Amino acid sequence: MPSQPDQAGFLPLDQMHALVARLMQLGYQCLGPTVENGAIVMREMRAPDALPRGLQAEQAPGRYRLTQDPLNRYFAWANGPQAIKPQTFAPTESLWRVARDAAGALQFEAVVPDVPAQAIIGVRACDLAAMAVQDAHFLREGRYDAHYAERRERLFLVAVQCAEPAATCFCASTGDGPTPTAGYDLALAELAEGFVVEAGSGKGAAVLDALNLAAATPQQIDAARQQGPVAAAAQTRSLPGRNLRDALMSRLEHPRWDEVAARCLACGNCTAVCPTCFCHAEVDEPALNGQSSEHARIWDSCFGESHGHLHGFNVRPDIKSRYRQWLTHKLATWHDQFGRSGCVGCGRCIAWCPTGIDLTEEVAALTASEVRP
Amino acid sequence: MNAPHAIDAGAPHAATVVARTQESPTIFTLELRLDDAAAHAAYRFAPGQFNMLYLYGVGEVAISIMSDPEDRDGIGHTIRAVGRVTRGLAELQPGDQVGLRGPFGRGWPLQEMGGRDVVLVLGGLGCAPAVSVIHYVLKRRERFGKLVIIQGVKHADDLIWREQYDRWSKLPDTQVLVAADEGAALWPWHVGRVTGLFGLARFNPERAVAMMCGPEGMMRVAAEHLLARGLPESSLFLSMERNMQCAVGRCGHCQFGGAFVCRDGPVFNWGEVRTLLAHRGF
Repeated sequence: MPSQPDQAGFLPLDQMHALVARLMQLGYQCLGPTVENGAIVMREMRAPDALPRGLQAEQAPGRYRLTQDPLNRYFAWANGPQAIKPQTFAPTESLWRVARDAAGALQFEAVVPDVPAQAIIGVRACDLAAMAVQDAHFLREGRYDAHYAERRERLFLVAVQCAEPAATCFCASTGDGPTPTAGYDLALAELAEGFVVEAGSGKGAAVLDALNLAAATPQQIDAARQQGPVAAAAQTRSLPGRNLRDALMSRLEHPRWDEVAARCLACGNCTAVCPTCFCHAEVDEPALNGQSSEHARIWDSCFGESHGHLHGFNVRPDIKSRYRQWLTHKLATWHDQFGRSGCVGCGRCIAWCPTGIDLTEEVAALTASEVRP
Repeated sequence: MNAPHAIDAGAPHAATVVARTQESPTIFTLELRLDDAAAHAAYRFAPGQFNMLYLYGVGEVAISIMSDPEDRDGIGHTIRAVGRVTRGLAELQPGDQVGLRGPFGRGWPLQEMGGRDVVLVLGGLGCAPAVSVIHYVLKRRERFGKLVIIQGVKHADDLIWREQYDRWSKLPDTQVLVAADEGAALWPWHVGRVTGLFGLARFNPERAVAMMCGPEGMMRVAAEHLLARGLPESSLFLSMERNMQCAVGRCGHCQFGGAFVCRDGPVFNWGEVRTLLAHRGF
């Protein structure tokens, strides 16, 4: 449960490094926003004061550019190409290995990931929502995925209130943002002179206590609270509902699927940046000396040719059926599986699509007309 | 970590090939025993379920279990050598080792079959998932009504276990209808589409249970025919085939609408899948 407002602390702007230093002191490998190849990515921070300032992420269909924030804030960038997903559902993960013993017999052994405790600084509400969506898949009741669970349990999440949504954001419409409400250890809201800090877990409260901050004033708390509604109102995109299951499943032969297929390259960028996509391939990596082999999973995409491969035929031989699979899974059949949509409104699939296909635009086009008989 | 839930560690069991039978130029059967005697003794499956077989250094493949569930000696897998893993498995000989994970998925509704006519509509090579049902019924013949086996193959040479079909066709209360799109010399059965034989099947639709396995187009036509004859939808089942890699509903390849075929299937009731089966590409 988030702490009460009267327990919120105030971290002055010039003390931001104290929070990172505290987390490092506790043994966390701290991942923070870092500029790499012109985009914000989460990378290990070498020093407590290594957080970049003054960046905004200007986004549009097929476009992502870092620009200067006139207010020189720490967290004015809406998001980067990846959410928390690489830290919990690793892009490549060894699941088990097999080796030949002295007698030549096969010996199988499960691989447990050896990962450090990690703190991520700058997690968004949509990222937290997406992690909850992936938890429902990988930590399904009675069937924990050992690798995901191991990584997930070691995370310390420092969330931030979104104040500058990108033009591609629509989390208000999916109900997943822009204010972090659950799943974080600490939540920050950035004001001109510093941060209102609230704890969302016992771990977070302990860190907050150790920082020994002055209590946030009612004015500061009020200013922080106003950022959410303002950011929500600034969003320009939306979906026409939170449950589009019937709307989409009744339009499986709509001509729009052909239209979007003509623009889609089936590159899989959308699935790679989507914070909820969970498809993965299993591959074997034999050692060069032939004495052992690692069995790993790697991220896969339903846009790839191998995804629907069966001997003799491909279930989804064309781009039309692959795009339809992706969109109907994400927004329709996800409800059957997990009781909610698989979209958290982060807009990454829109910005990182090389041809600028906009999921909200496609859904609007698909659902605008009456169902054909 | 000490999670309060079962954790899928997921590593296969080592298993040894105890027998190998060449069924046709490309089809072979491997009988496997788990090397860990206790694990082998504890292994149980239902017809229609499948195992993941692992070929050292190459990878895994989903294979239906075709042996009898009460036969504790070996776990039977009939395999067609078509891909990287299956072509390698074809090279194995008795004494060689593989990895085995399983069994996975939901099998045929055997508990609902008692006292009823059993209709099997099979297409393609061998159709191992349903052949286990034939063996199951024949071993416990008194528990079931009529047995109707309808089998279609592309070419006469594709039919494996030919002697078995001959033998089955001579059993009382058992009807065998076989068709090959292309015949061959001495082919004793029908030449043409298997769908042309549906009308010859003799069973009581009100007390029958039907199970289908094979190409989806064939199953759609068969379903139409069986339902038109008065078989209730709740008595019609099919086994679905999709790309399976993890087998526990996690990797996402086998999704069919909201279903994970590996976990929620591969056997489905017709009503669960008929709407989406009408659309290509799922």
